[in-house]
Amino acid sequence: MANKWEATAFKSPMSRVGGLGSAHSGVHHWLHQKITAFANIPLVLWAIWSVMTLAAAGASYDIVRGFFAQPINSILMTLFLLSVFYHAALGIQVIIEDYVHSEKMKICSLIAVKLGLFALCVASVFSVLKLAL
Amino acid sequence: MSSHQTNRPLSPHLQVWKWTLTMALSILHRASGVALALGLLMVVWMLVSAASGRESYECFLRFSTSIFGQVLLFGWTGAVYYHMCSGIRHLLMDAGYLMTVPQAEKAGKVIFVVSIAMTLATWGVLKLSSGEM
Repeated sequence: MANKWEATAFKSPMSRVGGLGSAHSGVHHWLHQKITAFANIPLVLWAIWSVMTLAAAGASYDIVRGFFAQPINSILMTLFLLSVFYHAALGIQVIIEDYVHSEKMKICSLIAVKLGLFALCVASVFSVLKLAL
Repeated sequence: MSSHQTNRPLSPHLQVWKWTLTMALSILHRASGVALALGLLMVVWMLVSAASGRESYECFLRFSTSIFGQVLLFGWTGAVYYHMCSGIRHLLMDAGYLMTVPQAEKAGKVIFVVSIAMTLATWGVLKLSSGEM
């Protein structure tokens, strides 16, 4: 057992296993993965369509600024970023949990990936806001 | 859990199983997910460079319109469509559909055909509308 208190008699066997898998957490991870997967379908299709439209028009700096000056585009891009980054963080977490077997390495890489993705998400959302306002 | 290490035989890995379509689907779903997470770096670069000003955005534009950038974007488009189609199959399986092997194999073939067709259609439309074809 990873944690001393997990092995004590203070917890019943049922409460020890309840909702705990290899990730030491419950079903919310799976559920959030599915919810963001649903949200990603229209958002990703919109993002591809938008990039195609921008690219077909030459994708110059002024065209891109004009695109984000439209609130609907900035709003959808922010939603796209939040949903996709969260989905990516959940997905990479599962892969790390499956393939990194050393507990120390697992926790370190999970923290690194989550912090890294969070930083990238903040950077890109901030950029959208700066372009929009 | 390091304190529970035994000499039990491990489940045989990829080398000993006959390669199946469903294995390829599953592995490609993860691989495309990781590729998409890496591809997010290009989204972040585009947004941060555009927010940083004309010069930095034009640097990004030179990269993304270079042969290397276009190859990356093409691969990324394919990964998006594959991951989306395969993800929809996962959502359907969560709802209880496509659970038998023949159904899974049929769905797999549909996923490959649809994702390749969508990728080619996207780039065909893009190149046609930007006057490169």
